Amino acid sequence: MRRFLRPGHDPVRERLKRDLFQFNKTVEHGFPHQPSALGYSPFLRLMAIGTRSGAIKLYGAPGVEFMGLHEENNTVMQIHFIPDQCQLVTLLDDNSLHLWSLKQHSGASELREEHRFTLKGPPGSPPSATQITAVLPHSSREVLYLGTESGNIFVVELPSFRVLEDRTITSEAVLQRVPEDYCNRRSCELVEALREHPKNPDQILIGYSRGLIVLWDLQNNKVTHQFLGSQQLENLYWQRDGSKFISCHYDGSYTQWPVSSDNRQPEPLENLVPYGPFPCKAISKIYWQTTKNGLPYIIFQGGMPRASYGDRHSISVVHGSQQTAFDFTSRVIDFFIIFSSEPTAEFDDPSAMVVLAEEELVVIDLKTAGWPAVHPPYLASLHCSAITCSHHVSNIPLKLWERIISAGSKQNIHYSNMPWPIDGGTNIAPDPPQRDLLLTGHEDGTVRFWDASGVCLHLLYKLSTVRVFLTDADPNDNMNTVGEDEWPPLRKVGTFDPYSDDPRLGIQKIYLCKYSGYLAVAGTAGQVLVMELNDEDAEHVVDHAEADLLQDQEGYRWKGHEKLKTRDGPVRFEAGFQPFVLVQCQPPAVVTSLALHSEWKLVAFGTSHGFGLFDHQQKRLVFVKCTLHPSDQLALEGPLSRVKSLKKSLRQSFRRIRRSRVSSRKRRGGSGNALEVQEANAKFDQDALQEMELAPVQRKIEARSAEDSFTGFVRTLYFADTFLRDSSRHCPSLWAGTNGGTVYAFCLRVPPAERRMDEPVRAEQAKEIQLMHRAPVVGILVLDGRSTPLPEPLEVAHDLSKSPDMQGSHQLLVVSEEQFKVFTLPKVSSKLKLKLTALEGCRVRKVTVANFGSCKTDDYSENDLAVLTNLGDIQIISLPFLKLQIRYPCIRKEDVSGIASCVFTKYGQGFYLISPSEFERFSLSTKWLVEPRCVVDMLEVTSNNHVHTKSGMENAARKSRSSGDHGEDERKSGRLMEHALLNDEKVLKEIQSTLEGGR
Amino acid sequence: MNRPQRGAAGSRGLGTMEVKSKFGAEFRRFSLERSKPGKFEEFYGLLQHVHKIPNVDVLVGYTDIHGDLLPINNDDNYHKAVSTANPLLRIFIQRKEDADYSAFGTDTMTRKKNVLSNVLRPDNHKKKPHIVISMPQDFRPVSSIIDVDILPETHRRVRLYKYGTDKPLGFYIRDGSSVRVTPHGLEKVPGIFISRLVPGGLAQSTGLLAVNDEVLEVNGIEVSGKSLDQVTDMMIANSRNLIITVRPANQRNNVVRNSRTSGSSGQSTESSLPSSTPNILANFLQGEEESDEEDIIIEDSGEPQQIPKAAPASESLESLTQIELHESTQNGFLPSAEMNLNHSAGSISMEHEVQDPDHKSLEEDGTIITL
Repeated sequence: MRRFLRPGHDPVRERLKRDLFQFNKTVEHGFPHQPSALGYSPFLRLMAIGTRSGAIKLYGAPGVEFMGLHEENNTVMQIHFIPDQCQLVTLLDDNSLHLWSLKQHSGASELREEHRFTLKGPPGSPPSATQITAVLPHSSREVLYLGTESGNIFVVELPSFRVLEDRTITSEAVLQRVPEDYCNRRSCELVEALREHPKNPDQILIGYSRGLIVLWDLQNNKVTHQFLGSQQLENLYWQRDGSKFISCHYDGSYTQWPVSSDNRQPEPLENLVPYGPFPCKAISKIYWQTTKNGLPYIIFQGGMPRASYGDRHSISVVHGSQQTAFDFTSRVIDFFIIFSSEPTAEFDDPSAMVVLAEEELVVIDLKTAGWPAVHPPYLASLHCSAITCSHHVSNIPLKLWERIISAGSKQNIHYSNMPWPIDGGTNIAPDPPQRDLLLTGHEDGTVRFWDASGVCLHLLYKLSTVRVFLTDADPNDNMNTVGEDEWPPLRKVGTFDPYSDDPRLGIQKIYLCKYSGYLAVAGTAGQVLVMELNDEDAEHVVDHAEADLLQDQEGYRWKGHEKLKTRDGPVRFEAGFQPFVLVQCQPPAVVTSLALHSEWKLVAFGTSHGFGLFDHQQKRLVFVKCTLHPSDQLALEGPLSRVKSLKKSLRQSFRRIRRSRVSSRKRRGGSGNALEVQEANAKFDQDALQEMELAPVQRKIEARSAEDSFTGFVRTLYFADTFLRDSSRHCPSLWAGTNGGTVYAFCLRVPPAERRMDEPVRAEQAKEIQLMHRAPVVGILVLDGRSTPLPEPLEVAHDLSKSPDMQGSHQLLVVSEEQFKVFTLPKVSSKLKLKLTALEGCRVRKVTVANFGSCKTDDYSENDLAVLTNLGDIQIISLPFLKLQIRYPCIRKEDVSGIASCVFTKYGQGFYLISPSEFERFSLSTKWLVEPRCVVDMLEVTSNNHVHTKSGMENAARKSRSSGDHGEDERKSGRLMEHALLNDEKVLKEIQSTLEGGR
Repeated sequence: MNRPQRGAAGSRGLGTMEVKSKFGAEFRRFSLERSKPGKFEEFYGLLQHVHKIPNVDVLVGYTDIHGDLLPINNDDNYHKAVSTANPLLRIFIQRKEDADYSAFGTDTMTRKKNVLSNVLRPDNHKKKPHIVISMPQDFRPVSSIIDVDILPETHRRVRLYKYGTDKPLGFYIRDGSSVRVTPHGLEKVPGIFISRLVPGGLAQSTGLLAVNDEVLEVNGIEVSGKSLDQVTDMMIANSRNLIITVRPANQRNNVVRNSRTSGSSGQSTESSLPSSTPNILANFLQGEEESDEEDIIIEDSGEPQQIPKAAPASESLESLTQIELHESTQNGFLPSAEMNLNHSAGSISMEHEVQDPDHKSLEEDGTIITL
């Protein structure tokens, strides 16, 4: 009968599908790949980060995130917020300017691109004439000043980007009053910096790269002051009161200049090379911040002695006698200081420094002694050591959650207690429905526990397995120790450390039982650690056991890496997950699969040689099974022998790249004629086809055989309490699936709890299934009498799941890369199958059972398989009838690492790496959706500032002027603002209370 | 697969048919009901009975109308022998031990001989004094052209039968482009082509596929729009029963429509309806599909078995099981076994495990660790 029920012909099911499934990419977690620009709005208290791929991301209070993407996918060079506006301007490396604004749409703010603009010079002028080097959004919010390579400064009107030609500041006009001899020595060259006078919006400071600095009067269109710098200029910064400014230079010096009405061409007050006297690197950016106690903060990037510290990425903070050079592990892209932005405040009183380095965001608390770092609630560097695997656990019980947080907080004592200083916007997303953990394994042997419940992926706790082993790294080698007379006073900050001491420490598989707090972690050198959560520090011996997976195999030699050496004697472990058993696989090949059963206290592990079962209660090995095929030399010898072929394939792919480059160059030449686009296109296609023929990539068509390499590679392990031998008695069982399409089933006898320590766990092979198509087995699952997947261990004991139906007959689902097959149990006979590869040419890469709830009714939910294929498609397949429900394209098929990194959650969400440092979060469910939803409201910002400063009058007036730009969705707030124009304190309070009441 | 044409078999003659059977120097004569020849097994029993050699393994052959000695080892060729016998059916019986294999197939068409020898001796590139053809009961189809009547003449649908793991399918595919007629005129479109045939492989030995043939479909699914890797995966996934539709690079050897030489799928009489192709193919596949791969299960008794169907087993399953059995016996007495040694030692070790229950259970005892 089923055969005649074609999918898509049942309208009821179709409707239900719409209520159950929906695909959304919701949020990107982690640190943006290849950041290239940083911006900050003290008014909105939002930070913007641009990337080399043209993305722009805005961050405020935790949960407040916006993302935009430039169509051109070009590098974002500069980001400037328009003062006191929900708008920002970006400059790309193609010299185009883009105006973005935050607008409210159905209750939440959205970031949208409003305009784009490319500055065009007069016909015939060189491109450098209009190459923008500096951007100044004027505080009037009406114009942008654009400094160019030619030295001319263009003025464009906002938001239309109309060039106001009559207001252009030409280099000729600037040079008119500059002394002849100075002019002769150096032309103006490009505009390096544009700074508005902090008190007088009619004056702007212009710095040219050769060192000339002028103060330009916008009203009279003339130079009022000139400062004849002798060094190549890097940047400028005004002192708060506008009486002085500071310039920093290519030679590692900075200079203070006085600005007064009596001297139009002053000499510098002070010229200093902070890390002299030997040649220093450029200081590329500098801040001069005043404080109440009179001692300023001077904060500058770079300036290190060229010879000995030229390779450091540093930012120095000087405050009186205190001086620290913060030393970053990756290049500093840009930084800004958060200081009191109230115009009435007398001093800057800096509170925090925010540094965007190439691989991480570091925030330094400048108010607390010792300038500790602030733990960022988002933008975590997922890749501080490369991610090697990930594991997601949904719906963590509160107790475990709190214990993990408490263990983590003990690790974070060196962080500042300062509240997160970038706190703009309001998060209006509903609270996350449950507590979710994402565990990432890293190359350096650590496991990081992330709070993946909401929009902000936040590090809770970091577990290191390194302490169990003896490594070459000297434990006393502390990078942070600073000697007494150390100069420069470098201090390492940040967590990004891509260098692993020993690649064997890498974590390959993680399994956490959320009910018992047992954690199993397995690594590259065949190490399997079983851990228990302990709230206290403890010193104890880790039990060792060896599992020889090649027991009876003769004449074999492992040529891969050795196993890790372990520490003898008791080891001190900090509070958190503490290992108590180490099972070492022999040969020490990568652990390829891992399963933990916390109720039976068993851990199963598999490598390319076989698999084993370990009783971690009695600390005894129960059995091992070699899955190796005798002819499989590769697996026998280990990874070394693959090196040669890898080299070869690398060489080949380089050749291929080179070939395609050559032909693409040719192509470009051919399509030069713009009039004959069609012809060019046709030619392009032809070339593309010819290219295909030129590079004949061949694929061998051959049936898989038992001889193929790595057939014994254990891909999946699964514990189930089911009917393995007969239909009257069920028993614990262990299932293992290999790369060669074999499934092994072992019958286990676990003694009852009261005799658990006295009797041994026994295992006996009960079944072996050889799939004829021999594709790798990637998933095994047992469905109970109601066709529901068996619950996780302890789930029933904690009343979180119905106990499985042991009355009806159980079914076994075997998922290979090519097919899904349902078998009956205990007699294994094939019942149903869904061929994927034979029909569609795609293969299963990841598969998980996910529970989908209906968005319409609370009481309906069903279990389906979420499947990711090698083409990057996600398919949802129904259980137990294996009908394809829906298919969504998710990851580009070329993005192999993205596909490999994908992890599904139990409730139809998932994560995959879009770069080494970023997880994309997606949702397949209509019900479980975690996405940023936030508001950045001008009104709110205004009133917040009012609360902060109590000098709301002026503030509100200032803001209200800007409210004209607001969208129509804010008509109500607009009306309120008109009242505010009356400058009435009462009205302001009224607005404030309205807002608070409304929230 | 070779559907037994039972209906047609007995339709030719009526009444009885004379059989003359020779074993060694002895002749036996008896008669058979032409319309009810029965099964080969019965016939084989009958021969053993009349020659009084109940426990001797023998090979049975007959001379066809062309005077060729052909084997009888299954229902199909037995029925064929009965139906073509005119008037006398001459049977030759040899002891298996001293059978002269080279006698079979003498004087038959050379092409056919090549096909057979290639299948049964994968490494025929090695020089051998004379061609040895293995046991007749090991004969099985290795390839066929199907759906000739429903495909355009320029296309060819080839079915490759891949039974064991002893012989490579043996071909490579690549990306390429072909010219198509579209509403916008001639257009170059990307396509998938056969780029290489492995010498001695199944693909080459059939002679039905050639380098630069364009692959249009794999098991009824069009490949246009699919990447090379996708098509590769599809072919490998279907490798046990691969049906590829190609447009041969060499169009001179095409089957001429009205001479229905190979009508293996003789269901469709309405030819020249290319639009119905997928349907028919789907029907055709439906029955076969289930049989193309049956997983093997080893229960803890150590007894291997083909996984039975939960649904009633289809007829084709039986036939497959038979073939599988033939295949495994083949290893025992292939005369050219020493040449296959390298190959088979590795490839059939799974079957080894399956076949050797004692060995199996021994190994299992080893894995049960009682602590």
